[in-house]
Amino acid sequence: MSSPDLASLQRVWAWLLAGLTVYIPANIYPMLRTTTFGRTTDNTIIGGVADLWAHGDYMVGLVVFVASVVVPLFKFVVIAYLSFSIINPVAVGPWRRQMLFEIVEFIGRWSMIDVFVVAILASLVQLDFTASIKPGIAAVSFALSVVFTMLAALAFDSRLLWMNVGGQEVGDET
Amino acid sequence: MTRPTPIQFDPAELDSLLACPSCDALLRDREVTLGEVSRCPRCHHAMETPRSLAMTRIMMLAMAALILVFAAVYFPFLRIDAEGFSSSSTVIETILAYSGSRTGFLSFTLAALIVFIPAARFIALIYVLGPMAIGWHPAPYAGTAFRIAGYLRPWAMAEIFIVGVAVALVKVAGLAHVTVGPAFWALVALVIVTIFKDTSMSRVTVWKTLNARKIS
Repeated sequence: MSSPDLASLQRVWAWLLAGLTVYIPANIYPMLRTTTFGRTTDNTIIGGVADLWAHGDYMVGLVVFVASVVVPLFKFVVIAYLSFSIINPVAVGPWRRQMLFEIVEFIGRWSMIDVFVVAILASLVQLDFTASIKPGIAAVSFALSVVFTMLAALAFDSRLLWMNVGGQEVGDET
Repeated sequence: MTRPTPIQFDPAELDSLLACPSCDALLRDREVTLGEVSRCPRCHHAMETPRSLAMTRIMMLAMAALILVFAAVYFPFLRIDAEGFSSSSTVIETILAYSGSRTGFLSFTLAALIVFIPAARFIALIYVLGPMAIGWHPAPYAGTAFRIAGYLRPWAMAEIFIVGVAVALVKVAGLAHVTVGPAFWALVALVIVTIFKDTSMSRVTVWKTLNARKIS
């Protein structure tokens, strides 16, 4: 087991920045390209959520919205805040920050849902002229964004949060 | 910023010390009885959760999961009918959906996330825990295999895929008649088995058993 190292924060920032960079095209370009009866429509991430909402599928719409909009943004903010908090004093205690980190680690992977949904739809809906669905280029940037932020979270060493916390030097397992 | 000062302790005491994997607090190891959960006093990370026959149970679950992966890959999981056309989808077809020129790289990623990484993880766990379950010495490089299984954990996304299937089902339901295939249920079973397996496994306990049974 190696000791926690401040230099690892550099890697966290690098992955986070990479994730943020590809997150922009992921929201601008189409995620899905649907052709029904010869008419083609492009759907972005937000467009897909709006569609579900308009059809009255509120629960599913909410799941997709949380997984592909709320979770990625939450992750960017929390990882940046946690890395900032290692070097600069902040109000939130290490225990709370540890909890934030565990939340980010746990939910980060779930953003992949939309990439899977697009792949499933594209493989399933191939009804010749009636309807066909093709994945858009945004699916690639979105998948990359999820992978990069997951790498940022993995590069973050949670033990750094506790480096300046004193207390018992050797405690007892309870 | 101040670095923590190194503390002095008797090297003989080293074997009885544990570092918390989550916050790095140095802890005195103690006997944890079956069914109990021991926690780090500083960050409340669950350190040890010994359960009776845990090794055997985890290995059986990993084997079940591996079989389910194969079932989930080969059978169709969704089928749609509309206007006289019908189409069904298997996991392999889903992976190949991205094989177009601009999105081809996603095919590899998907194949890895849904099939190969989960399968590799199950194989690694069977390799590590199999000999433990029947009371043998650990297999060569069992420690390395267990470490790799740990690294792979966040990247095994079978359970996320199943939620994706559910979302796709709702999206298509308005467009066509949808029926779920056998692979859908294989995937659901796989997710349940994986959750059982991960909750009954305690890393510290496995490492301790590996160390205790090592041929020295």
